[in-house]
Amino acid sequence: MTSKVLTANRLIDGISVWMGANGEWVESLRDAFIARHDEAVAALESAGKQAQADNRVVDAVVIDVEETATGIRPLRLRERIRADGPTIDYLSIRAQNGANRAA
Amino acid sequence: MYRYDEFDRDFVAGRVAQFRDQVERRLKGEISEDAFKPLRLMNGVYLQLHAYMLRIAIPYGTLSSRQLRMLAHIARKYDRGYGHFTTRQNIQFNWPKLADVPDILADLASVEMHSIQTSGNCIRNVTADHFAGAAADEVADPRPYAEILRQWSSIHPEFSFLPRKFKIAITAAENDRAAIQTHDIGLHLKKNAAGEIGFGVYVGGGQGRTPMVAKLIRDFLPEKHLLSYITAIMRVYNLHGRRDNKFKARIKILVHETGVEELTRQIDAEWEHLKDTNLTLPEADVAAITAYFAPPELKDRAEGWGQLAAWKKADPDFARWVQQNVRPHRHPDYGMVTISLKPIGGIPGDASDAQMDAVADLADEFALGEIRVTHEQNLVLPHVALADLEPLYRGLVAHGLATANSGLITDIIACPGLDYCALANARSIPVAQEISTRFGAPERQAEIGELKIKISGCINACGHHHVGHIGILGVEKKGGELYQITLGGSADEHTSIGEIVGRGFEPERITDAIETIVDTYLAIRTSPDEIFLDCYRRVGAEPFRSALYGAAQAA
Repeated sequence: MTSKVLTANRLIDGISVWMGANGEWVESLRDAFIARHDEAVAALESAGKQAQADNRVVDAVVIDVEETATGIRPLRLRERIRADGPTIDYLSIRAQNGANRAA
Repeated sequence: MYRYDEFDRDFVAGRVAQFRDQVERRLKGEISEDAFKPLRLMNGVYLQLHAYMLRIAIPYGTLSSRQLRMLAHIARKYDRGYGHFTTRQNIQFNWPKLADVPDILADLASVEMHSIQTSGNCIRNVTADHFAGAAADEVADPRPYAEILRQWSSIHPEFSFLPRKFKIAITAAENDRAAIQTHDIGLHLKKNAAGEIGFGVYVGGGQGRTPMVAKLIRDFLPEKHLLSYITAIMRVYNLHGRRDNKFKARIKILVHETGVEELTRQIDAEWEHLKDTNLTLPEADVAAITAYFAPPELKDRAEGWGQLAAWKKADPDFARWVQQNVRPHRHPDYGMVTISLKPIGGIPGDASDAQMDAVADLADEFALGEIRVTHEQNLVLPHVALADLEPLYRGLVAHGLATANSGLITDIIACPGLDYCALANARSIPVAQEISTRFGAPERQAEIGELKIKISGCINACGHHHVGHIGILGVEKKGGELYQITLGGSADEHTSIGEIVGRGFEPERITDAIETIVDTYLAIRTSPDEIFLDCYRRVGAEPFRSALYGAAQAA
């Protein structure tokens, strides 16, 4: 079967997170728990529902991934971008235009 | 500029306090996400791929330097140091924490800004010609009427739960810079033979999955009837709009399915009940709101003419920037300056906190502290003396804001696409960046001339691809991205929807395809004066299709 991981966005700040092997939400797909059989997938789905009910995350969903030599790779581009961040260098605009004022 | 009165202040402050309480209760778990989602959307808070996104309205695209500095402050304090100006004269921040949003809204309220009605099935931010109040070709400043519509539509009890979102745009010039025919309602402010103000009323324009050009349903609506007539339109739409199908719920579908004649009859019948009621605009109120937009007193600065000629002669880069980014002001000693947010290879519409501060400072020094945001994702200083253009230019150069490409091939509109947006199917920004880089040489851009490329990462068309001279739509195909090209769209007074030219292109081939189209145009145009759009309208899709796919496949 296709391997799966559980992902969501954290309630307080919206940041993308994945369910880790220790049952905690982690900010890196690299540390996600991989479900390789139906029972494990069911456990992830259950954990997602519980985390939403506990108001820790929103939009919890189980996604398809593949395990490669370099790590976990989501099958959909959308999920790869969620994992890796925008594919553009969005912070370069700050670097290009001189020192920024202090907050 | 309009200034909040006591009612406006209390209303916005009340909303901030209300949302602060809602966020606190949500974070404590007292409100479920299902219950909270519509509440956050009503306050402009979306959830995207990587984080929340806060959309802030810039009513009719007008900002003061003080307001722009506050946006810079928000970018710096609560976000990642930049903001993204959108095709609806809004700004979006891509990384705010939900817990911080009430404080952000309080900061915004302190400079008379908010995020109310930047989402949801209500009347959204009313947009206007970004050159309003300055353009030589306008009949009157359209912004007082946009402000009247803003006040009327804000938490309007009857129109807060429409079948779908509703967008109104207004222009007061024959040369439509506000794309009014792509809006649910487009208003063309004009004067009749007696010199009285009224509006041409267009209804049922829109893009998305079913693009439609709006239909003119009234050639001259007298000023005083503005609200009663629009209320009549809204009532007919509210009653008959397709609530059964989200994809058919916009007024454009109602116009299309009902027919213009019948719909106009229904609107007129409704209007009969509303005309000459308390919806008639009181002259005193119109005058009071118009006074907020009184044109600034501009001193004669005739010395600028000679200085400008000398500066242009001395600096070809400056001359190119003036040629491309400065337009005539109604005062002959002044110009309207477009500040491009499209650096070559950059991200369309993004501005850093430092850039926003810099523009605010330059606006204070050279442009009476006033800034505009355009639906083409640029900024404008509407009142700059020709005598101040050179020092202004130097200030913009220092902050990477002097790209001389307004209206050229690198002045690309692009939605956030799959780099940020939860609805997108494909990326838009990297496509824009690659095209911009490919065509970035000033000489090449000048040779190509006016050419508007608009890119959307999904069928919702936030990147206005339907009305791009060249439109690009990203779709998902077999797990990858594919880009469809449309040709011949435009969003001006001769609005047209672009036609799909053929099968789509993979990400690595889309820029080559655009280059093929551009090279074909350069080869067949009658003269450099025939811009791409005119050339396309003359010859049609065939030469471009042949060039892209080969004569055999095109046939």
